[in-house]
Amino acid sequence: MRRKKSRSVIPGFGISLGVTLTILSLIVLIPLCSLVVFSAKLSFSDFIRAVTGARVLSSYYVSISTALIASLINAVMGLILAWVLVRYDFPGKRLVDGIIELPFALPTAVAGISLTHLTTTNGWVGSFFYNIFGIKIAYTRIGITAALVFIGIPFVVRAVQPVLEKVDHECEEAAMLLGADPGTTFRKVIFPEILPAMISGFTLAFARSIGEYGSVVFIAGNTPYKTEIAPLMIMAQLQEYDYASATSIALVMLVIAFLILSVNAFLQSMAARRVSGLA
Amino acid sequence: MKTQKKGGAVKWILITICVIFLAVFLILPLIYILSTAFRDGISSYIKAVTDEYAVKAALLTLKATFFAVVINTIFGLFASWCICKFTFRGKKVLSTFIDLPVTVSPIIAGLIYILTFGRQSFLYPILDDMGIQIIFAVPGIILATIFVTFPFISRELIPVLTAQGTDEEEAAALMGANAFTIFKNITFPHIKWALLYGIVLCAARAMGEFGAVSVLSGHLRGKTNTLPLYIELLYQGYDFTGAFASSSILMIFAIIVLILRVILEQRGKKERG
Repeated sequence: MRRKKSRSVIPGFGISLGVTLTILSLIVLIPLCSLVVFSAKLSFSDFIRAVTGARVLSSYYVSISTALIASLINAVMGLILAWVLVRYDFPGKRLVDGIIELPFALPTAVAGISLTHLTTTNGWVGSFFYNIFGIKIAYTRIGITAALVFIGIPFVVRAVQPVLEKVDHECEEAAMLLGADPGTTFRKVIFPEILPAMISGFTLAFARSIGEYGSVVFIAGNTPYKTEIAPLMIMAQLQEYDYASATSIALVMLVIAFLILSVNAFLQSMAARRVSGLA
Repeated sequence: MKTQKKGGAVKWILITICVIFLAVFLILPLIYILSTAFRDGISSYIKAVTDEYAVKAALLTLKATFFAVVINTIFGLFASWCICKFTFRGKKVLSTFIDLPVTVSPIIAGLIYILTFGRQSFLYPILDDMGIQIIFAVPGIILATIFVTFPFISRELIPVLTAQGTDEEEAAALMGANAFTIFKNITFPHIKWALLYGIVLCAARAMGEFGAVSVLSGHLRGKTNTLPLYIELLYQGYDFTGAFASSSILMIFAIIVLILRVILEQRGKKERG
């Protein structure tokens, strides 16, 4: 039966699927099921009360708005970084390429405390902004956004870079020969090709940023209604052993993350159809 | 690499923007960690990193990292073999579930284990009778670490295996080789470098996990504090030299990871031709 289903002469399907499903169930599926089981036990009114408290609502607002701004900054900077890495040669390029992934490798708490210290009003960067522009960074939403820019930058660069490498030079040269200036060529020829990758990198960074905790919790200052993020609200409920409220807030966050990823999946399939339609 | 001949000014403006951006966001924090760690001199740095609790926290971190790497390597090998060498129904659902842990907030990752093994769970009395404590103890920390790094190795292997195709394995199978021999002699040489890179990435993330571990740790100094939690503790106690000294250890690992990444990627590219 196994053979018939796999239609492959390669042996080992049964055991590899078995091991895969066993570990997946133990680590991911069963714990996720317990979330579903536990939330089924919540009463609807308790759920609504837990997720619509003024403090919780403002924490959603803080999380989503800072994540959105940070991801937009990352989309633009990520595009510029990918462009520079793919199209130009300059001394130190290897170093730049290598360091892009630092936010993946550096522990979030370590990033959090050092970004906080850098951006307080007497920190290296913070004092500059405070003395010249009167802007406070640490312990404000600007600080949260800065931490999320740090976390999200590799997502966009690594999404755009491989696509940009594959963009056909012939189309570009044709556009140039037809008299388009570099700006127009970029807008009409290159940009449409890399847009799906950019959106994909943007949504990944956005989804990650909404749930980010370690790097944000230090720089945020965690003032109620102002700089409290949604994951912190879950943490606060957990510390009071109020699992029902924690689960309710978590469910809303999971739905938001799911929506973001679905929108991305939809846009990607649209883009794929458009490309295949043209070709 | 094709470089543009035109637009010299644009080129240098863009490069300058990138260098400033990276210097402020990525390099400055690293310099700051080192300068704060060493600001009271080398002897207090050594004292901070050899503190009894710092060493215990580092050992626990290593333990959790070890388990995460072992479990995820086993899983990654079987899962990527299964996904890339066979066609079966539900493959897409399977890969979605494998990737799920990275999109879930680390705090929620901690929460689901509390709901599974905590006091309100039906598993709790059974585990309690056997004397096993999972949440607010070391097993919870290990589980959370495995969860947050779950797809790291399979995600590195799947693209390589997909690109390689199944022809060679099929040929070997038709000649009568068993699964293990096929894997050892044919598949493994292709994925060697990607696997190594996946392990490196998994280890780096496992060492630094904060949110999920923070939910599941009992925060007992010397018992259930990992290195990132220990750093938080020092930081909140205004022991900034100690916090940044411990941070510098994790930072050095992060830099080693980045260097290894470049080396392993080059090796992989060279062997694939």
